[in-house]
Amino acid sequence: MSESSVSHPAPPESAVRAAAGGAGGGPGRPSWYRRPGGYLTAAAAVVLLAIPFYVEVFWLQAGLFAMAAAIGAIGLNLLTGATGQLSLGHAFFIAVGAYGYVAMAAEPAGGGGELLGLGLPTPVAMVGAVLLAGLAGLAFSPIAGRVSGIYLGIASIALVFIGQHLLFNAASVTGGFNGRIVPEFTLLGLSFADTPELVLAGVPFGALERLWYLGLALAAGSALFARGVLRGRPGRAMNTIRDHPTAAAVIGIPVARYRAGVFVLSSMYAGLSGVLLALVFQQTVPDYFDLFLSLDYLAMIVIGGLGSVGGAVLGGVFVALLPQVLTRYADSLPLVVAAGTGDGLAPAEAARILYGAAVVAVVLFIPGGLLPLWQRCRDAVARPRPNSAPPPSDDKEKTR
Amino acid sequence: MIKLLELLVNGVSIGAVYALIALGFVIIYRATEVVNFAHASLVLVGGYITAVTHQHIGFWPALGLGIAGAAVLGAALEFLLIRRSKAENRHILAIATIGIDIVIIAQLTRMIGADVLAMGDPWQNQVVRIGEVSIAQTRIAAFVIAALVLTGFVLAFKYTSWGLSMRAAAEDDETASLMGVRLGRVSMSAWAVAGGLAALAALFLTVFPTPGLDRATSLAAIKAFPAAIIGGLDSTNGALAGGLIVGLTESLVTGYQGDLTFLGRGLGEVAPFIVMVAILLIRPTGLFGVKETARV
Repeated sequence: MSESSVSHPAPPESAVRAAAGGAGGGPGRPSWYRRPGGYLTAAAAVVLLAIPFYVEVFWLQAGLFAMAAAIGAIGLNLLTGATGQLSLGHAFFIAVGAYGYVAMAAEPAGGGGELLGLGLPTPVAMVGAVLLAGLAGLAFSPIAGRVSGIYLGIASIALVFIGQHLLFNAASVTGGFNGRIVPEFTLLGLSFADTPELVLAGVPFGALERLWYLGLALAAGSALFARGVLRGRPGRAMNTIRDHPTAAAVIGIPVARYRAGVFVLSSMYAGLSGVLLALVFQQTVPDYFDLFLSLDYLAMIVIGGLGSVGGAVLGGVFVALLPQVLTRYADSLPLVVAAGTGDGLAPAEAARILYGAAVVAVVLFIPGGLLPLWQRCRDAVARPRPNSAPPPSDDKEKTR
Repeated sequence: MIKLLELLVNGVSIGAVYALIALGFVIIYRATEVVNFAHASLVLVGGYITAVTHQHIGFWPALGLGIAGAAVLGAALEFLLIRRSKAENRHILAIATIGIDIVIIAQLTRMIGADVLAMGDPWQNQVVRIGEVSIAQTRIAAFVIAALVLTGFVLAFKYTSWGLSMRAAAEDDETASLMGVRLGRVSMSAWAVAGGLAALAALFLTVFPTPGLDRATSLAAIKAFPAAIIGGLDSTNGALAGGLIVGLTESLVTGYQGDLTFLGRGLGEVAPFIVMVAILLIRPTGLFGVKETARV
C-alpha cells in the first residue's frame, strides 16, 4: 500500500522501487505536476497560507485546534496504527507538553513566587516541553515495551488519572484548579500576540493570525517527519511488529525497544500538540486533559485511517472541527441548540454523538477509514479507464 | 484498629462490586476476544433504568428491569457490532466499542443532566453496629449479593453446559464450533450476562454513602478496568482477586489519606491505577492471566 504511493522528493532507490512495484506493473508514476495529487497539494498549500487574510477569528481558532489535533493524532497513529500499541494515555502527554511549556517559559509568578517558572526563551521552552513529554514517555517505557495491545491501552489509562491528580495537586507548577496563563511565543523578535500591532495587506495580524503560520509550520514538519519514519526502515519494522510480533523478533527486530521507542516518539508528538494547544487557549486548565481527550484522539485515527499520516490529519481535522462547527451553526441546525438552552442537543454533545457514531460506522462499513476511501475516489476521478477490458472491481480484489 | 476494620470491610464490599464489573470484562473478552470499552455505558444504562423506574414499580422490579435492560443492550451490541464487523483485528473492535461508549454516555449524561438520581433501595443510610465497628447496611448488602452472584456465576461457569460451551469457545472457537457449540449464541449470552452484572454493580456504586446516580458514575465504572487487568483479562478468578485488590486499595488509601497529605488530595481515586501499573511491571498479563506463548 504505502510503497505504491511514494511521491516526488524520494531518494533515487525508492523512486526506482516505486516505479518497478507501483500500480500493478503498469507504467512508472508520472511526475508530480502531471498527477492530480500534486496540483491538489499545491492548491491546498496556497489556500492554507492565504486563510488568515480572509477568514474571521473563529475559523482561525478552529483551524489552530485542528492543527494541534492533527499533530497529536499523527503521533498516536505512529503508535496505535503503525505499531499496534493501543494507548489511552495521550491526554497525559498533551498535558505534559502544555504545562511543560508554561512552566519553562513563564517567569516565576505570584506575590511570593508561588508559581514556578524558568523564564526560558519561548522557542527553547517549546523544544524543552517536547523533550519533557518524551522523557515522560521514556519513564513509562518499561511498561510500553513489555506490555502490549489491550493491556497497554488500559495501563495507559492510569497515566491520565495520575496526570490529572498531579495537575490538580502540584499547584506550584501547574497552578492547580485554575491552571496557568500561557506566555506568548516569541521567535526572532516577532511576538505571537495581539501586541505590538501588525497590519499586512490591510489585514490586522493579531495573535491567531500569527499563530496560524506557526501552527502550519509545526503541523507540516510533524507530518513530513512522520512520513519519513513510516516509509523508511523503522516504519517497516513497526508494521511488522503490529502484524506479527513473533515474526518481527525472529527476523531480528528488537521488539521491546521499538515499542518503547515509538511510545516515546508518539509522546513527543503529543507534547508538541500540547504546546500549540496551550498557545491557542492562552490558559491551561487541568479539566481539559481527561480521559475523554484520549478517546477523542483514538476516534481521530480510526475515523481518518489507521497507520497513515494523511489519515491522522484528516481524522484530527474532522474531530476537532466538528464541535466548533456545530457550535457556530447551532441556530440553523435541527436538533442542536446553543449550550444550556432548552432541551435540544448541546453542540458539544451532538459532536460527541456524531463522531462516536462515525467511529462505529467506519469500523463496520469502511474498514481502513476515510483516507483510503478518499484516495479511491480521487483515483477513480483521475484515471478514468473507459474501454478497459477487465472491470476495475477485479483490480480492487487483487490489491486487497 | 476500629478504623482499619471498618476500612477493610468497606474495601471488601466495594471490591466485590468492582469484581462484578471486572468479571463482565473477562467474560466478554473470553467469549469474543474484545475488550469492551462500552462497559461503563452498560453500567450507566442499568443504573439509569433502575433509578427512573423504581418510583413506579418498586425497587426490586426496577432493579430487575435495570439488569434486563443492560443485558439486552449488551446482547444488542454483540449482535449489531461484534457479529457484523469484518475487522480481523480485535483491537479495532475494541476501539469501536469506545465509539459506542461515547455515544451512549453522551446521550445518558444529557438525560441525567445535573441531577443526582436516588436508587430507592430499601437500605437507605442505615448503619449496623457490630461491637464498635459500624458498617453501612448498603455495604453489607453489596457484599452479600455480589458474593452470591459471583459464586453462582463461578458454579455455572464450571458445571452447566452454558459454562462448558463458554470455556470451549474461549479455548478454541473453531473446534468448539465443529463440536456443536453455537458460537453466536455463546458470545451473545456472554455480552448479556456482562450487561446484567454491570447493572447490578451500578446499583451498589450509587447507593449510600455515594449520593446517587449522576453523570460521574460512569467514571466509577472505569475503576473496574484496573481490577480486570490486575487479575488478568482472561481469568474469571483473576477478576475476583483484582476487584478485591482495587476495592481494598481504594478504601485504605482514602481512609488513611490524612497521613498521606503530601501526596495530594483525592489519592484514593488514583491508587488503584498505580497498583495496576506496578503489577503489570512484574507480570505483563496480570496476576492470573495466561502468559502469551507463540508457536512459529
